[in-house]
Amino acid sequence: MVDDIYRFPEGDLTRAELVDLAMTHLLGKLRDEYKESPRPETSVVRRRWQDRVILGEIVPGSTVLDLGCGRGELMGCLIGEMGAKGQAVEVDPEAAMAAMELGVPVLNLDLNEVLGDFPDSSFDYVILESTLQTLKAPLKVMNEILRVGRRGIVSFPNFGHWRVRLDLAVRGRMPVTQGLPYGWYDTPNIHLFTLSDFFDWCKESQVKADPGFALADGQIQPLSEESNISAEEVLVFLEKA
Amino acid sequence: MSVDGDEIKEIHGPDHPESVGWTKSQKMELFADPDNPLTLEAGWVIGPIESEYETYGKLNDSASNAVLICHALTGDAHAAGWDSNPVGPLREYRKKKPGWWDTMIGPGKAIDTSRFFVICINVLGSCYGSTGPSSVNPETGQPWGLRFPVVTVGDWARVQMELLTRLGIYRLRAVIGGSMGGQIGLEMALAYPDRVRSMAILSAGHRVTTQGLAFNAVGRHAIINDPNFKSGDYYLGPPPLSGLAAARMMAQITYLSEESMGNKFGRRLRGKDSPDFTLTGIEFEMESYLNHQAESFVARYDANSYLYITRAMDYYEAAEKWGSGDLAKTAARIKAKTMVVSFSSDWLFPPELCRELVSAMCLAGCPVSYVNIPSRYGHDAFLVETEAVRRLIRIFLKD
Repeated sequence: MVDDIYRFPEGDLTRAELVDLAMTHLLGKLRDEYKESPRPETSVVRRRWQDRVILGEIVPGSTVLDLGCGRGELMGCLIGEMGAKGQAVEVDPEAAMAAMELGVPVLNLDLNEVLGDFPDSSFDYVILESTLQTLKAPLKVMNEILRVGRRGIVSFPNFGHWRVRLDLAVRGRMPVTQGLPYGWYDTPNIHLFTLSDFFDWCKESQVKADPGFALADGQIQPLSEESNISAEEVLVFLEKA
Repeated sequence: MSVDGDEIKEIHGPDHPESVGWTKSQKMELFADPDNPLTLEAGWVIGPIESEYETYGKLNDSASNAVLICHALTGDAHAAGWDSNPVGPLREYRKKKPGWWDTMIGPGKAIDTSRFFVICINVLGSCYGSTGPSSVNPETGQPWGLRFPVVTVGDWARVQMELLTRLGIYRLRAVIGGSMGGQIGLEMALAYPDRVRSMAILSAGHRVTTQGLAFNAVGRHAIINDPNFKSGDYYLGPPPLSGLAAARMMAQITYLSEESMGNKFGRRLRGKDSPDFTLTGIEFEMESYLNHQAESFVARYDANSYLYITRAMDYYEAAEKWGSGDLAKTAARIKAKTMVVSFSSDWLFPPELCRELVSAMCLAGCPVSYVNIPSRYGHDAFLVETEAVRRLIRIFLKD
């Protein structure tokens, strides 16, 4: 894959160069947004580590459905820089309009309302970033993702992370971490699960989970045996077995 | 026009830098070649016909900056600016206000006439300069009346495309329409997929609802049963004004919402503190408003045109025409970059109906943008929610 060459009017690019270019473009946009924050670079990278992984995964020219696209930076990049044919869904009207401004076609609807509109295997990839744990019916949505997309790209915070465990075990309080900054009363995370829980479900449901990536100690790492305790956030690639 | 229309304080005079200024309508004769008349969808053959249109801005050398604006049921080609020569009683209203979408069209406005060549064409069957039932039939020397052929949304798309071709425009940069105008825009994108680069449809859909059919039927009933209607041959005598007024009053209700009417008028009495207990006089503010709306409408519209144009809206069913009843198959024809906008309180083209088209596009694999704007203004919202619509149209026309 890495050796694939993509031809552009400005010259040929390898796959890796293309991803770098796309990422630079994307981070540039985000840096503007975060320039007021005390540690802009950290915030951007932290929030966008998944995008780097996703940009590296998606083959240019693919069809992509982004569920909960936010302000559309990733999708704008996929469409604008990587030649993807995309559709995005975003329930927040402000974010949806910001995404449209980047040239992303956006359905300003709840993702639960729209998944049924798409035919089987109508996208090469369906992306669900950091949203699964907020859904009322996460498994229904997972099954829809695997029906509509040939490959699902799903990320979520790992409630098995050692800091989360420590908070609960030692402090006896619901954990509040950098990745999970909410109190019990205002958290959007209503279905809490660990990486191991998720893999159990994959096994039971005949879903093939390709090794994915983890954010651990501020670094992007391939998933490993220890990820259930070391990973703050994870991103996995899924296919129907 | 809208319940809050008098609250729109952003009327730009002709000298305002963002106004297109004084406008002049133009007319074009089409289908004049006796060997190539216009064969209408309903089977009639007609030609030549005249189409009235207005343009704002300049067509660029590659003719790639043309934006077609499609007007709604009782609209006209005068979409922006101030009519420099409002001739005749129907156009009297233009002395007091600018074109119907002046809030959107002008230099620096959302539909920026310093970038785009904007065209608005009056539909066939109307009473605003295009051939219609009030025009004189050249064969008889008399007004057509109900002998005018039945026209459809498909015919309008055909005529408008013909006019654009004659202006040297092959591919539209965009087509934008609200309500009935959205139906025409959709039909353009379906009938001429290669000639429409993008389309924005506001408060409109691929058909009217059954409830919409019912509303239109009541309006026509009131006109047809007015004693002055005389089978449509009223042009030499008094026109069927009370029928047309009733049609407008009823239609006006469908353009509003319970919430917007309630907010504006509530149950307030008109200029008094206690009722007069009269059956025929005006008691409530709401009644007075409808009366006023009807009065100004009948002064500027022809009853026969109202019959023809509501009928055309009724007949339009994009899925029947293009997909043997299958809307997804229909939507698969669309090549235009599409934005669909609905408004939460619209009960004439409700969000659920707009969603049907959006869902069909998803099913057909066509990327689409859809926004349902929370609004209490009902169907009129597409003309009243200027901030939201302006922003969406700017986004839509950005690249």
